[in-house]
Amino acid sequence: MITMLGAANLLLANPLFTNLDQIFVLLRNWLVGFFPVAIRPAAGVVLGVVAIVCVFPGLFALTTVFERKGLGRIQNRLGPNRVGPFGFFQPIADGIKSLTKEDVVPFRANAVVHFLAPLVLVVTVFMGFAVLPMGRNMVLVDMDSGLLFFFAMGAATELSVFMAGWSSRNKYSMLGAMRAVAQMISYEVVLLLSAVSVVMIAGSLSLPAIVAAQNQYTGSFPHWYIFTPWGLAGFVVFAIAATAESNRSPFDLPEGESELVAGYHTEYSGFKFALFFLGEYLAMFSLSGLGVTLFFGGWLAPFSFLNFVPSWIWFFGKVMFFIFVFIWMRGTLPRLRQDQLMNFAWKFTLPFTLLNLLVTALWRFMGEGWQRWVVCTIILAAAYVIFGRIEMRRQHFGPRKYRYAE
Amino acid sequence: MSPIFYLLAALTLAGGLAAVLLKHLVHSALAVTVAFAGLALLFLQLDAQFAGFAQILVYIGAVAILIVFAILLTHGSELPKGGVFSHTWFLGLVIAAGVFAVLGWAVLASVSAVPQSNIVPSVTVHDIGIALVGRYVLPLEIVALLLTAATIGAVIVAMHEKERAR
Repeated sequence: MITMLGAANLLLANPLFTNLDQIFVLLRNWLVGFFPVAIRPAAGVVLGVVAIVCVFPGLFALTTVFERKGLGRIQNRLGPNRVGPFGFFQPIADGIKSLTKEDVVPFRANAVVHFLAPLVLVVTVFMGFAVLPMGRNMVLVDMDSGLLFFFAMGAATELSVFMAGWSSRNKYSMLGAMRAVAQMISYEVVLLLSAVSVVMIAGSLSLPAIVAAQNQYTGSFPHWYIFTPWGLAGFVVFAIAATAESNRSPFDLPEGESELVAGYHTEYSGFKFALFFLGEYLAMFSLSGLGVTLFFGGWLAPFSFLNFVPSWIWFFGKVMFFIFVFIWMRGTLPRLRQDQLMNFAWKFTLPFTLLNLLVTALWRFMGEGWQRWVVCTIILAAAYVIFGRIEMRRQHFGPRKYRYAE
Repeated sequence: MSPIFYLLAALTLAGGLAAVLLKHLVHSALAVTVAFAGLALLFLQLDAQFAGFAQILVYIGAVAILIVFAILLTHGSELPKGGVFSHTWFLGLVIAAGVFAVLGWAVLASVSAVPQSNIVPSVTVHDIGIALVGRYVLPLEIVALLLTAATIGAVIVAMHEKERAR
């Protein structure tokens, strides 16, 4: 391990590698050099913000075209193929269309709230990117409580969804918003608790510190948290909760088009609708980025001999891999029913996450050695099987009864 | 007192006033959210990151959502005919002024009671965690118990309602 670290250090000393790895940091420093000394720190922050505001919507445009192509392939059709080569300029056409489309606000709508909702959504989602480390030294603000900031911003998006649904004065919008908020609140608990196990091991709420805690290699294999029993369990729960939190299939009930037209953004058209669309994809990116940072070593290379590849390529590569998984799931899985969704959140994932916290504590205090691997794996596997069996036994097929809502 | 403090204070006060003065209940709830956000920003301006983010997470993410849900589920989002202002507003004003006076007196008294130092204390999340599970573990557990009892109580209340309707 020491020799591998030594090799990595040698590699880091190589100027070509350092320059390529730090290219964005160097670029920013070079641009900041043009400003007067007094406003340089502020200019650096503004440049970082501009980079985030440009890069992620660009990725969003790319992702929409890949998603439509990929879904087309899964559903045995072509997907967009008219604008540009293989339809790759489709997002540009869509952008022009949504910018020039008439912005219709319903007569009975609550105009101010209706206007503010998409803005609040996009702003809060963008804020989440501020604490994500996207490469070595590439984090906009290294906060002591970065993870908490991320979740605080995520919680604020729920309110915008409610604002959109309520202000539209439309039953479909209202029902969609109620579904969305109920779903987001339920899965937010799970999302937070599954991230807590990582915090317990890394001992920090700062995301760069969490990445640094995973920066070790045994042989050429990394010490990512996904490769531990509690990390694997935590990641599976995290991935489920993140999918639900970003309202993606199979958890896309809030916009279930077969019963609710489009859910909370039914009454939005033109650019406001585009903002909702953007917000959904940005939330996907930021949650994928958080998952990568917490469980997949952030910008670290998967093998120590691959350390020469710039760190930001690893981060964005991993994020795009998860976006691919999101699209794949959307093409594969059918939508859940509302009661299944809630039962799954509160009766399966929440107890399992709480157990995972205990297992993580056990892992922390059992010390190094093979015993903790065996004990933690057995506990989690047994709990998974037992929880699953109990839940399956409770299943009965027939007319549904609701205790609280009828 | 920096200009940022005055801006944030104005934002918080405006949110609070709007929450009291607006006629529509949902508007009031959203205005309260603005006041919560202003408070969170004030915490952040005082370098209390944990308090600020916890304020956003708990008050905007949970309490505000809870309020709007309660309003919608009880059909309170329609405007009442007789106006929204209470007839006992004067009593309310007196009580509010009394509470404000007590709080203000406490804050002003604490200036002389607590030794002043110019060193800005740096409290990390780590320190807060140690304090919560160390020195303040009993209050923490009592709060946890209270919240659990409240949750169970809420479930029982909701169940009871249903059975009576049947």
